[in-house]
Amino acid sequence: MFQFPAKLKTLSYVLIAIGVVAMVYGFLSGGGHEAADHGHGHENRPWASLLINNFFFLGISLGALFFLAVQYAANVGWSAGILRLLEGVSGFLPFAGIIMIVIVLAGMFHMNHLYHWTAEGIMDPESDYFDSIIYGKKAYLNEPFFIIRTLVYVLGWVWAMATLRKLSLRGDQSSDLAWYKKSITVSAIFLVFFAITSSTAAWDWIMSIDTHWFSTLFGWYVFAGIFVSALTTTALIAIYLKNNGYLEWLNNSHIHDLGKFMFAFSIFWTYLWFSQFMLIWYSNIPEEVTYYMPRFGEFKGLFITMLVMNFLFPLLILMSRDSKRNFGFLATIGVVLIMGHWLNVYIMVTPGTVGLDYSIGFTEIGVFLGFLGGFILVVFSRLAKAPLRITNHPMNKESEYFHI
Amino acid sequence: MANKNKSVISVLFNDDDVMLKSIKPIREKGYNIREAYTPFPVHGLDHELGLARTRMAITAFIYGAIGLSVAIALTYYTMIVDWPQNIGGKPSFTWGENMPAFVPILFEMTVFFAAHLMVWTYFVRNGMYPGRKAMNPDPRTTDDMFMLEIEFDGGEDELRQLLKDHGAVEINLVEKADEEAPELEEAHA
Repeated sequence: MFQFPAKLKTLSYVLIAIGVVAMVYGFLSGGGHEAADHGHGHENRPWASLLINNFFFLGISLGALFFLAVQYAANVGWSAGILRLLEGVSGFLPFAGIIMIVIVLAGMFHMNHLYHWTAEGIMDPESDYFDSIIYGKKAYLNEPFFIIRTLVYVLGWVWAMATLRKLSLRGDQSSDLAWYKKSITVSAIFLVFFAITSSTAAWDWIMSIDTHWFSTLFGWYVFAGIFVSALTTTALIAIYLKNNGYLEWLNNSHIHDLGKFMFAFSIFWTYLWFSQFMLIWYSNIPEEVTYYMPRFGEFKGLFITMLVMNFLFPLLILMSRDSKRNFGFLATIGVVLIMGHWLNVYIMVTPGTVGLDYSIGFTEIGVFLGFLGGFILVVFSRLAKAPLRITNHPMNKESEYFHI
Repeated sequence: MANKNKSVISVLFNDDDVMLKSIKPIREKGYNIREAYTPFPVHGLDHELGLARTRMAITAFIYGAIGLSVAIALTYYTMIVDWPQNIGGKPSFTWGENMPAFVPILFEMTVFFAAHLMVWTYFVRNGMYPGRKAMNPDPRTTDDMFMLEIEFDGGEDELRQLLKDHGAVEINLVEKADEEAPELEEAHA
């Protein structure tokens, strides 16, 4: 059984306190002079910071839940020893989900202006602010449907997360494998649900910020990002626990495999990033290139840094076998990847909400630390509640002998 | 052919695990295992035999880098120098600004060079070419038997006993030291 170290617990409370302070600071320092294309740039900043950080951590939990479901659905053997870590990481889903619902509700009731299409009069042909392009998207982008979709996503994901957890806890009690077979069914249902909702959630929560613009592979692009973040987080937690004397059944080969996943999906992320970019760059149609204008203009430095962190760094360093088997190396790369993918979410959200007059300050970093604290508290308390390996998982032996 | 200063014994096992477990004691006694023949890849065999890790990964990286360079030269010469192209309505005629359009070519040439040159490297290192006669000394090792060829310097009975103790099902002396012709001898354990 894992014991939540008291020091780490204290640290997580401190981080949460910093986050709350940063959030309050953000709201107090918000407002002021009007900037950006919507005229809501400064008011939006604390909300944008909340959305960025919440979506980032929601993505980590969701990616871990997806990976967990894949392990069951595909009858995977090697990963039996890390399933509890994935359960732990996905445990943050209800918290991030609730905050997401709050952000969405606040947006729909005009308490924030993150989503341009909710602006007053924009769908009204009589109004001065009427926008016929956005009006054309009314069937999908309207407040009631948007709220319903958000609720469906969050409830569906939390259901799958809670059910898989409940079933796996049964695996500690008896050697009867009914729970395992049921987990396969639940995972298969979730994977179909996830295939659709991961894309639509990305369109709703992130892509609809830049309402005029659209990209058909945006959902997969966002998915690739959250999957890399989730795998990296899982690898970091595995390394942390291993270094503290837990997970004696985990060997270098397991860590190597997680490293391979991080490497492969970093490349996959870049592939989708480039596919999205190249088609728009090539055709050079105004309504499409608007998305990249600020990102290659005012945001260029961050944008290029993000690409280097998420592509070049893992490509050059994780390519070799030895670096994937070395805990220190992998942990260093992991931290870079986490920062890189946070920056990715930041650059997806910021140009359309805060606008060109942006900066990364206490509002963003403080709220990130707050979420990190909450994440550590939730995930590690969950890890401490049950054995770090499902006692009667049928693949435990196979996983122990895993060797590549 | 092999080193004639030493005799060679070939030993057959009918189980890959038994063979794998016998390798360590054989090597600990100072015998050199010249070659192993198995009907399928046995996991961990290269490690037990003490073989050096393959350098194929390094060659792959070098070949990929060559492919990337060739692709850069190709796109630069054909699309910029020899016949300047207006790409995507952006007539900049520089390689750098048109680079996104070349990325698929850069990628494919990198993969092409790495994959093909690796295959040829593999064949050359193994001495394989069309029409090459099979080097397998015993066809049963393509079916259900696992064979090791062990070099030794005298003390044949001792080695035979060691192999029998570790589950050998058949032991043959295939090469004798000195200039004598190889002589077949069978002994069933």
